[in-house]
Amino acid sequence: MSDIGFVRKDMLPEQAPPASEVGIIGWVRENLFSGIGNSVMTILSLAAIFYTLAALLPWVFSPTWNAGSLNECREILHAQGKEGHFAGACWGVIRERWIQLMFGFYPSDLYWRPIVTFGLMFVAVIPILFNMISRRMNWFLLAVVILLATFAFGGIIAWVLRILSAAGAAYLAYTLFATDKADRAEQIAQGAKRLPNPLIFSALFPFIFPWLLWGGSLWVPIGAILGFVIGYYVYAALAKTVGGLAGLIAGPLAAIIWWLFLVGTFAGVMESIIPLSIEAVESRKFGGFMLSITIGVVAIVGSLPLGIVLALGRQSDLLIVKALCVGFIEFIRGVPLITLLFVASTLLNVFMPPGTNFDIILRVLIMVTLFAAAYMAEVVRGGLAALPTGQYEGADSLGLNYWQAQRLVIMPQALKISIPGIVSTFIGVFKDTTLVSIIGLLDPLGLTNAIRADANWNGVVWELYGFIAVLFFVFCFSMSRYSMYLERKLQTGHK
Amino acid sequence: MTTLTDPPKESFQLGMLIYDTRYRSMTIQIVALIGFMLLIGWLISNTAQNLATLGKEPNFGFLGEPAGYDINQRLIDYNSQSTHLRAAFVGLLNTLLVAVMGCATATVLGVIIGVLRLSKNWLISKIMTVYVEFFRNVPVLLWIVFTMAILIETLPAPRAFRGDNPEATMKLFDTVAFTNRGIYIPEPLFSRGLGDISVFGAFGISIDLLVILAALFGGIYAARKVTARANRIQEATGERPTTWHINLGLIAVPTLIVLVALGFHLGYPELKGFNFKGGTHMRNSLIALWLALSLYTAAFIAEIVRAGIMAISHGQTEAAAALGLRSNRIMSLVVLPQALRVIIPPLISNYLNLTKNSSLAIAVGYMDITGTLGGITLNQTGRELETLLLLMLCYLIISLSISAVMNWYNESVKLKER
Repeated sequence: MSDIGFVRKDMLPEQAPPASEVGIIGWVRENLFSGIGNSVMTILSLAAIFYTLAALLPWVFSPTWNAGSLNECREILHAQGKEGHFAGACWGVIRERWIQLMFGFYPSDLYWRPIVTFGLMFVAVIPILFNMISRRMNWFLLAVVILLATFAFGGIIAWVLRILSAAGAAYLAYTLFATDKADRAEQIAQGAKRLPNPLIFSALFPFIFPWLLWGGSLWVPIGAILGFVIGYYVYAALAKTVGGLAGLIAGPLAAIIWWLFLVGTFAGVMESIIPLSIEAVESRKFGGFMLSITIGVVAIVGSLPLGIVLALGRQSDLLIVKALCVGFIEFIRGVPLITLLFVASTLLNVFMPPGTNFDIILRVLIMVTLFAAAYMAEVVRGGLAALPTGQYEGADSLGLNYWQAQRLVIMPQALKISIPGIVSTFIGVFKDTTLVSIIGLLDPLGLTNAIRADANWNGVVWELYGFIAVLFFVFCFSMSRYSMYLERKLQTGHK
Repeated sequence: MTTLTDPPKESFQLGMLIYDTRYRSMTIQIVALIGFMLLIGWLISNTAQNLATLGKEPNFGFLGEPAGYDINQRLIDYNSQSTHLRAAFVGLLNTLLVAVMGCATATVLGVIIGVLRLSKNWLISKIMTVYVEFFRNVPVLLWIVFTMAILIETLPAPRAFRGDNPEATMKLFDTVAFTNRGIYIPEPLFSRGLGDISVFGAFGISIDLLVILAALFGGIYAARKVTARANRIQEATGERPTTWHINLGLIAVPTLIVLVALGFHLGYPELKGFNFKGGTHMRNSLIALWLALSLYTAAFIAEIVRAGIMAISHGQTEAAAALGLRSNRIMSLVVLPQALRVIIPPLISNYLNLTKNSSLAIAVGYMDITGTLGGITLNQTGRELETLLLLMLCYLIISLSISAVMNWYNESVKLKER
C-alpha cells in the first residue's frame, strides 16, 4: 500500500480572476489592445480623433452668437487673438437666419400655421405609429391640439391655455408610456370598444394639411371631402337599385365630376354665404425645412399606396397590366430624379390642356411622389416575393377573393417584411428633397445662396452647411431608429 | 345505362365579362389598355397643341447646329463651334468618367469600411459606425457642395506658390500641386508616340494607350494560363508550384517594354505666371463630385458588405478552420464566395444610384450630360421636350446596361441548384 500523506477533501476557494482580465483593464485589453496590430490601430485612431477634435472644437465653440455680420464675427475673434480663415465659427448667421432656414419667406405673422400643421401631423401619425387607442391617448392628443391651437392667438389667455395644455400633455404622455404593458394592453382593449377612434382625425388630416399651409377658403377641403361622400352615396344607391357594377363605375365617376367641375363653384358659393377663409400664401414664399418636410411628407404618404398598387400590378398574371407597371417602374428607376424635376419645371405644364398653369410646388410634388412610388413598388415587391407560396394558397383555400386575401393575409406580412426597405426609401426621398434647390425652389440648400447674397453674410459657408447637415441627420437618423423599433416590435419569429 | 347530356349551353351575357373568372382578366386588361391609351393620347394631343401654340414643333435639327458654348472638362476634342450633339457626347463621356471613378473608389472604401466595422477593435468599429451613419443620413447634394467648398476655401491659390519664399509648396517631391483651382498631377507623355486613330472621323483614340492595354491584358491572360496550369499540377500531385514571380514577370515585363519603346515619361506641372502649366489639371468640380459620391456611396456599400459577411453563418468559418485552412484562405475560399452572392445584387443598385447621382454635377458646374444636354443646350435652344427625352434615354441606356452586365455577373456567381 502506498503511503499517501495528503488527500485534499474539499475544493480550494475560488480565486479572483487576475486584474488584467476583468473590469475596465480587462475590457481595454480585450477590445483595444488584444494584439500588436490592434494596438497600432487603436493608437492611430485615437490620434486621428484627437486631431479632428482639436481642429474642430475650438472652431465650434466660438463666442460669435450675437454677431450681426461676418465682419463683426472676425472682430470678436480678432479681439480674442484668433486670426485666419478657420479661427472660429460665425454663429451669428444661424441666430439671425435660422427662422428663415426653417420657413423660407413664409409671412412671419403666419409662422403658427406651419407649426400647427406639423404638430397636428404628429397627432395624426401617433395613432398609426404606436397603434394605441385608449382614453388617455385621446386626452393626450386633445391636449396637443389645444396647445397647437394657442399658437394662433396672442394674449394672456393663450399663454395660460398654452402652459396648461403643455403640462397636461406632458403628464398624459408620461402616464401613457410609464404604465406597464399589461395595463396598456387592457386600456387599448377597452378603448377599441368605446372610444372615438383617433384614426378619424388621421383620415381628415390630408385635407387639413394643404389648407393650413396654403390658406384660402375652408370650403375647398370641405368640398374635396364631399367628393368622397358623394361618390360613396352614388355607389350605395346604384348598388342597391341597379347593381354593384354600375355603382362601382358611377360612384368614382360622380366623385371625379364633382372634383373637376363642381368643387370650385361650390366653394365659391359657400364662401360668399359663410366666409371661412384664412390668408392665402403663395407657393414661392415656401422655403427652408418647411418645404423639405412638406415635399417629403406628401411624397411618403402618396408613394406608399401607389407603390403597393404598382407592386401588385407587377406581380399579377395580367399581362398588359404587368407590362405597364414594369415599364413605369423601370423607367422611373432608370433616370435620375433631377431629370424628373426638370420635367416638372419645364414640361409638365406642356402636357396639360392648353391654358393650364399649375403651381410649381404641386408639379414637384407630383414628380417626387411618382419617383418615390417606383422605389416603393420594388421594396414591396421584395416583401411579396419573400412570402412562401403557402400563404397565397392558404388564403385561396379559405375562399378569400383576391383583395380580401391581399388585405387580410398577404399585405400585413409582406409589409412587415419590407419595413426596413420602406423606411430607407422614406429617408432617401427626404434627403432627395434637397434636389429641388437645383430647379430654383428655396429649400435649405437653396436658401444658403440667398443668405450669402446678403452683404453681411457674404462668405459664410461652413456654419450654414453644418447646421443643415445636423438637422437632416437628426431627422433621418431618428427615422432609421424608429424603423428598428418597429422591426423589433413586429418581430413574431423566434431567434 | 348512362346518358350523357351536353352541359347546358350558356348564353353569353354582358355581366359575365366582369363576374366570370374566365373573362374577367381579359376585361380588366382591355380596360387598362384602353385607359392607358386614352391617357397617352390625351397627353400627346395636349403637348402637340401647346407646342404648336408656342411654335416649337418637335424637331431634333438643333442637334446639328453649333453649340456656341465651351466645356472646360472634356475627354475628346471640342470647341464652341462644335455641334450640340457633340457637346452632349462630351457630357456623356464626362458622366461615364465620374461614374467609373466613383464606383471604383466607393467599392474599395466601402469594402474596407464594412470589414473594419466588424473589427474586434471596439474603437475602430465605433468610428466606422459613426462614419456610416453620418454619411448615410445627410443628403448627397449637401456632401457635394460641401466638398466643393472645402476644396475652394482651404487650398491655396496658385499665386501662393510664387516667389522665393512661397506660402505653399508642391507636394510629393514637387510633382503634385494642390490649388484652389484644382489639382495638377503629372501627365503621361510619349516621346516616340504613335499618334491617334480616328474613329468615324468623330474623335481620336490614342494608339499608345491601346498598345499598352494590349500588352497588359496579354500579360494577364498568360498569367491566368500559368495559374490554371499550377492548379492542374496541384490537383494531380498535391504540390503547388510557386507561380507568383512568373505571374509578376508576365504582367509587368511586356508592359514595361512597351512603355520604354514608346518613350514614356511624365510631364510635371510648373508654375508659369499666375497659373500652373503642364501636367494634367483635375478640376475642382470633378474632384468634389468624385470624392463626395465615393464617400457617400461607400457608406452604403460598407453596410452591404457587412450584411453580406454577417449573413454567412459562423459554422462555415468554424468548419473551414476545422479543415485546417488559414484565416486568409478561410476568407477567400469559404466566406467571400458565399458573401458575394448576398452582396452583389444590392451592390449593383448602388452603382446605379451613384451613376444617377452623378447628375448632381450641375450643382458644382461639372459638365456632365445633365449639364450640357439638360442644362446649357436646353436653355439655349429652348427645346425642353427633345433635350429631356434624349437625356432620359441616355440615362436609361446607361442604367439598363449596367444592370444587364451586373446581372450577368450575378448569374455566374449564383448558387447552382438543380
